[in-house]
Amino acid sequence: MSQPAERKDLETTKKMKSVMGKYFMELEQGAQQGRKTAWCTSVGPAELLRALGFNVYFPENHGAMLGASRMASDLIPLANARGFSPDICSYLTSDIGSYLKGDTPLKKMGMSGPPRPDVLVYNTNQCRDVKDWFQFYAREFGVPCLGVHTPRSIGEMDEAMIEYVAAQIEALVPDLEKVAGQKLDPDKLREIVASSRRCTELWKAVLLTAASVPSPLTFFDGTIQMGPAVVLRGHGDAIAYYEMLLAELKQRIVDGTAAVPGERFRVYWEGMPIWGKLRDLSTQFADLQTCVVASTYCNSWVFEDLNPDDPYRSMARAYSRLFICRSDDQKEQYIQDVVAAYKADGIVYHDAKTCPNNSNNRYQMPLRIQEKLGKPYLVIHGDLNDLRLYSEEQTRTNVQAFVEQLAQG
Amino acid sequence: MVYCGIDIGASTAKLVLLDEGGQVVARALRRSGVDYAGAAEQNLAEALAAAGLRREDVARTVSTGYGRDNVPFADSQMTEIACHGYGAWSQFRRRITVIDIGAQDSKIIHMDDRGRRVRFMMNRKCAAGTGAFIEEIALRLALDVSELNALAERSTSQTTLSSFCTVFAATEILSKIRMGEKAEDIVRGAFRSMIKRILEMDAVEGELVMTGGVAAHNPCLVALMGEAFGRPVLVPPYPQYAGALGAALFAKETVSQ
Repeated sequence: MSQPAERKDLETTKKMKSVMGKYFMELEQGAQQGRKTAWCTSVGPAELLRALGFNVYFPENHGAMLGASRMASDLIPLANARGFSPDICSYLTSDIGSYLKGDTPLKKMGMSGPPRPDVLVYNTNQCRDVKDWFQFYAREFGVPCLGVHTPRSIGEMDEAMIEYVAAQIEALVPDLEKVAGQKLDPDKLREIVASSRRCTELWKAVLLTAASVPSPLTFFDGTIQMGPAVVLRGHGDAIAYYEMLLAELKQRIVDGTAAVPGERFRVYWEGMPIWGKLRDLSTQFADLQTCVVASTYCNSWVFEDLNPDDPYRSMARAYSRLFICRSDDQKEQYIQDVVAAYKADGIVYHDAKTCPNNSNNRYQMPLRIQEKLGKPYLVIHGDLNDLRLYSEEQTRTNVQAFVEQLAQG
Repeated sequence: MVYCGIDIGASTAKLVLLDEGGQVVARALRRSGVDYAGAAEQNLAEALAAAGLRREDVARTVSTGYGRDNVPFADSQMTEIACHGYGAWSQFRRRITVIDIGAQDSKIIHMDDRGRRVRFMMNRKCAAGTGAFIEEIALRLALDVSELNALAERSTSQTTLSSFCTVFAATEILSKIRMGEKAEDIVRGAFRSMIKRILEMDAVEGELVMTGGVAAHNPCLVALMGEAFGRPVLVPPYPQYAGALGAALFAKETVSQ
């Protein structure tokens, strides 16, 4: 192809280290400072936990760090040998492998390891694996494991379903109060929900800048920029970070600064990131002058239903509207809308071997969407963390062949 | 002037030179080995000598295949998917589905009547349905790969191998040997098993065209493929060179533009 594109890094990213570093330091020092720690799934009731004064730790974020640092492939076999199949979630197996070995990328951030939990709280809106994952640690640490069981494959959101989920979230309060050693302050909960809502609005605005042509942001940038939205929603630091990032991206639009210089094609990424190959894939797409402008992974991380005036039901609505627990017809409509809004020329589906819930190519969806949109698609076989399931050469050739096809017009 | 296409596959390196009229003036083939650049250079030297040409006569070179980035004299690179599709299409010039079985991968490429690629599929990270599978079978039966076709043609058995995985298929072969099955029946069964892997990759439309080394050396497998898909399978002359031909055609078209 043409000469490699020279990409400009986002200036705001320099602040990321201090924002995330402060978060991890608070986690590390929690017990010394008399604060309790709750482990929470990424779309679990984090707002409620923060309102009860917990430090909130997200094992999925740790899973992504294990993937991105490429430690996962050495750690997964340790969990396999303890009865966790290589076919199940590789966040789970790499995280448990990390626990078994006592090795973690958190050491590089000044932490001794994940903070010891006082309670674990899951939401099955993503998958059943999160529950199994948390229950393992509940047994290991001898602490309670509580959860919300959200229906899956949700079509239209009806009030009965919202009430059902909201009641489960509210029912967590007495048990959580016992662990927290304090009563829930309803005003504090409203305040945190409002803060989460503001964070989500800013994150959405950040992503929407990629609808500009050329795009100032790629999906690969998004997976990194997403960190504060995941671990600090409901926390003021995330808001300050995204205000700064949004301003920089808006300036890029004004200046016509492209995330992928010479952008020729725009692509939508459906499915999980391949954490250990983000840099390689980002470079290959940039060399092919193709910008991955949007993704289910980043773009569906938006919780606009959050409403401080109705915290429980709005949390239930926000957590249940999540792409991953929706029916295929809802998912298809979502993808079509985002592809149109971001002016994508084609779709790349990542079939993540150990994450069936985030692999939407398996029930003919690519063919159905292609029929409706007339845009080409590509399926990449890989995994979020287990690089034993990824073929470098096949992926490289498939991506290049896909861009050749886009170039045919 | 001539146009050069070179396809460095996982097993063999193929080269085609085309003249201004798009006619093939020379071909060369050798094992890719471990020195892709060397294999490319030797193929070029051999083809130029056969055609009585000099290096300066090559207007443009496009490389393709697994080692496409390792050809020092290539002006640009294209994928084997683009090149096999176009190389096969150029010999029929109508809507076709191309099945290419190479040493390390297999592909199904849908071409429209204008030679544009509509869709493609490549095998997953698995050797089932590739030339590597046949090599493994030959090894298990203590045969040379070149002997497989003649053996399979002798068989009238409906034996199949049920395993998806190449390694497990080899185990299955060992058990068939133990049960006294004839080598020819096992080979034919292995061919059928390989075809099943292709059948499940993608739906096919229109006429089928097979390219690649496996099609070039195993007419019995091509015939079985036709039976399995319920339609005739066309094989162009020199099927192993389809990728190199496509690359040479792209080189020529780039210069014409």
